[in-house]
Amino acid sequence: MTSTTIVAGVDRQLKNHTSFYATVRHSLTMAYRGLLKVRRTPEQLIDVTIQPILFTLMFTYLFGGAIAGNIASYLLLLIPGILVQTVITTSTVTGVQLREDMDKGVFNRFKSLPIARIAPLAGALLADTIRYAIATILTFATGYMLGYRPDAGLGGIVAGGLLVIVVSWSLSWIFAFFGVIARSASSVQGISFLILFPLTFLSNAFVPVSTLPGWLQTFVNANPISHLISAVRQFANLGTIGSDFWLSLAGAAVVVAIFAPLTVRAYMRRA
Amino acid sequence: MKHSSHTPFAIEARGLVKVFGDNRAVDGVDLHVPTGSIYGVLGPNGAGKTTTINMLATLLRPDSGTATIFGHDIQEEPQIVRQLIGVTGQYASVDENLSATENLIIFGRLLGLGRAEARQKAVDLLEEFGLSDAAKRPIAKYSGGMRRRLDLAVSLIAQPPLIFLDEPTTGLDPRTRTQMWATIRRLVASGSTILLTTQYLDEADQLADRIAVIDHGHVVAEGTPDELKASVGVAALNITLDHEKDITQAKAVIEAVLHTTVQSPAPRTLTAPMAKPDGVTDVLIELRKAHIGLDEISVQKPTLDEVFLALTGTPVKEGEQS
Repeated sequence: MTSTTIVAGVDRQLKNHTSFYATVRHSLTMAYRGLLKVRRTPEQLIDVTIQPILFTLMFTYLFGGAIAGNIASYLLLLIPGILVQTVITTSTVTGVQLREDMDKGVFNRFKSLPIARIAPLAGALLADTIRYAIATILTFATGYMLGYRPDAGLGGIVAGGLLVIVVSWSLSWIFAFFGVIARSASSVQGISFLILFPLTFLSNAFVPVSTLPGWLQTFVNANPISHLISAVRQFANLGTIGSDFWLSLAGAAVVVAIFAPLTVRAYMRRA
Repeated sequence: MKHSSHTPFAIEARGLVKVFGDNRAVDGVDLHVPTGSIYGVLGPNGAGKTTTINMLATLLRPDSGTATIFGHDIQEEPQIVRQLIGVTGQYASVDENLSATENLIIFGRLLGLGRAEARQKAVDLLEEFGLSDAAKRPIAKYSGGMRRRLDLAVSLIAQPPLIFLDEPTTGLDPRTRTQMWATIRRLVASGSTILLTTQYLDEADQLADRIAVIDHGHVVAEGTPDELKASVGVAALNITLDHEKDITQAKAVIEAVLHTTVQSPAPRTLTAPMAKPDGVTDVLIELRKAHIGLDEISVQKPTLDEVFLALTGTPVKEGEQS
């Protein structure tokens, strides 16, 4: 302070809008902040590290014999299901953490800075893709150790993994929206769980659909989660792209088209 | 944008109003803060100090009224205003989980510094605020004083010409408070304008060039510390009488001598502001002449309570949220 002289307020050349380039840079810095926070509080990663390993082990040995006759053939069915369930559940964290962040003092500071209003939101969504990547890799790795050897090999797995990450990112807009409008972080958690728990379980993730009662089959077949799981199975087992892939992508695009503007608008009103 | 560059004021606010539900938190506040000065906003909890700052810092939209920062309207040109201000809140607004260095680097990057520049700025500011040793520690492990210092350091990254300090020393021990005062004085010496809110009369007295006293969302008095003191007296006289029956007569005697309003907070007690402590001599002589017996007498510096009593006629209400 002693060495510098402050430039007087009236002598500064200033603009009242933020350029696109600056907006991207601010968002990347906010994403960097998100990653730093993960590094400082690694316990935040429990849901994307322990959960995929634990669930894969549990379901494989619990249901493998009963549903598919043996472990190896059940894994072909199960791993894509577990993958989708785990990664999509992870996308709810975006909303919970956003709510927590917005309740903190640091958020007031963000608002007082001459940065793009959207940057904290964009940064949070961006940083969370790393969580999806971790969950994806760990699920496949656990499966591999248990004997998961899909026919399409690594290429199919990578393609399936990327699809799940993209769809989860799209869905995270829904939970970001709840995060912005909800009153507390725990209520976001509650709403998210209520939506996702039935959606992920009442799908083709764990059991063959043919074993279900008719009315439930109708629901399961209509469930977008089922289509995503089928698309991943197709990638991993056959190495092909089918209608489920396009349906999943289209569904994701619709979600983003609806929830991104809603979230941004609600967010800007508070920011 | 240059049209208003002649204004000598860092802040000009007219009729600012903010209503929360049926609570008029800020009810028509006018402020004129000259560039290069320390301006104190003095008031109890719930007076509307923080809400006023939040509006001036573009965090809250005023329900009515206007304000400009160096001639830039807070509602029309918020993004410009944000480039001219630094805000240090009542509660440390930094990332709890990150270290001081990481916080400073992130805010530096957000404010447009390059990678190396941001790092260098972080090192410099930590050095300046005596936080170098704790640079790598997460903020969650910081003491209250260290948080305030870091918080202020973050506000100074962009060297803003106007700095808002919302109760910068509330909850600090006396030694840390003195350090904070020294820092604030250095800031102004380098050319910044500072608006600070405080609940402490002596803090405003020590630091501010001008003071606005605010209560229930209104500015109830404004002026230099000396002017304000003249209006409430530099000392408060407290007298407890031997007998309750003398109270009316004693009150009249004191009012006649000191030419001021005398309050009676208890049946046998009278308090009065005094311009100079030696006014007490005349009061005692007159009371003796009137044969009024005294149980106890003291002369104290006026507290914020008495300033309010004198300015508003109502005592400070405790426990209201700002």
